[in-house]
Amino acid sequence: MTITIAMPSAPPGTAAVREIESGAAKISVRDFDFFYGSAQVLHGITLDIPDQQVTALIGPSGCGKTTFIRSINRMNDIIPEARAKGTITIDGRDIYAPGTDVVALRRRVGMVFQKSNPFPKSIFDNVAYGLRIGGLTDKRSLREHVEKSLIRAALWDEVKDRLDDSALALSGGQQQRLCIARALAVDPEILLMDEPASALDPTATTKIEELIWELKANYTIVIVTHNMQQAARVSDRTAFFMLGRVVEYSDTKTIFMNPKEKMTEDYVTGRFG
Amino acid sequence: MQRHFDKDIEELKDLLLRMGAMVEDSIMQSIRSLLERDTALAQEVISNDDRIDQMELEIDRRTLELIAKMQPTAVDLRFVATVMKVTPELERIADLAQDVCERVIELNREPPLKAMVAIPRLAQDAQGMVRAALDALVRRDVSLARSVITQDDSVDQQTEQSFRELLTYLLEDPRNISRAIRLTFIGKYFERMADGATNICEMVVYLVEGKMIKHAYGTAHNR
Repeated sequence: MTITIAMPSAPPGTAAVREIESGAAKISVRDFDFFYGSAQVLHGITLDIPDQQVTALIGPSGCGKTTFIRSINRMNDIIPEARAKGTITIDGRDIYAPGTDVVALRRRVGMVFQKSNPFPKSIFDNVAYGLRIGGLTDKRSLREHVEKSLIRAALWDEVKDRLDDSALALSGGQQQRLCIARALAVDPEILLMDEPASALDPTATTKIEELIWELKANYTIVIVTHNMQQAARVSDRTAFFMLGRVVEYSDTKTIFMNPKEKMTEDYVTGRFG
Repeated sequence: MQRHFDKDIEELKDLLLRMGAMVEDSIMQSIRSLLERDTALAQEVISNDDRIDQMELEIDRRTLELIAKMQPTAVDLRFVATVMKVTPELERIADLAQDVCERVIELNREPPLKAMVAIPRLAQDAQGMVRAALDALVRRDVSLARSVITQDDSVDQQTEQSFRELLTYLLEDPRNISRAIRLTFIGKYFERMADGATNICEMVVYLVEGKMIKHAYGTAHNR
């Protein structure tokens, strides 16, 4: 069950200050279509994703949820013949507008994938990677940022004594949290997670879910998951996708307790198929 | 798509209905034992209560197992929640029928009080409400459920009326006291059975519409 707590506005001058108050739309999607060549995979997606909340995208394989989440940081741009129509705005600015700095966009909108993908480098260098690309060279500053990111990703205590070890020596769950730390290092505002726990064991999954809970105080999180109970556990709002359309988008508790659409009900109860 | 889960749900529903039928029998027999002063029948109702208690335990066990294994959502979740709320309600109604029978046995040790005033009608109405509540549950019939809920006020009034009438017997002759008090209890038992039927009907509305209508929740908390 979702408990809504009124969040006091952060005092001015702190890093937590956001242009939009908690609960307001961070990402606004309007009539968004997406095509791979002539095949249309998203149809008229219209929804508002609130700031400092977790929004889950659920739906059967091939329903378009991954295409949609990848549209939020324009990851799909690299696919030949991919084409978008409609608007996605972040803090009121259209991210598909001509002249948009896609690199800057992806710094603001971090992404974590299903399969953890650490670079074959040390733990430290993985987290520092984006910072160095961003031009940060000061060793002390780098160290502080890496430590802060690893703490936020709930990995610090497990790796603080072996930051120079290879990231590939970490367990699957630790690797995934390392990837989250790497995404957090460049101080994004939005975190996109595409099935971040589907390859992990239950203990590692619980850690990721707990982490999501903690991170939402500072980030807008959008998560794609096939695990319905996970969506129910971690998210505040849930969108049910089907054949490239949003069938229902509502409070997570409504989707799982009393959905309005028959199709949603069939899907969340497993009658679908 | 037919799910394995549907079979579990059906079995749970059957068990609940069987329990409902047993409870209805208990009410009916408690009324008969009262009207016909049948001590043996009253004793039978009392001894049958164990079976209803066992049924409650069995339904509880299966419901918890189903939650643990299947993690129901949406209408399945509402169904399971309904079963968990309705089962103790039925068990309590059966206990009340047993209480009626205990008072009947005590009453039968003395000559009958001149009349039981409003109690027979009260008993029939309460029984009718329980039956209708179970029908509404089986058929997922919200309008029937809502109409049962509206009958509760009338049963409350009848209970009050029977109490006032019994009070006159009490005041009239001290020899009436123990019997009149026992009958007052019986009136209260039936009134509480009707309350139980009302609670079941509220869960029927929740099951079908996802709205909690008990207390004042119908207006403030449902969108």
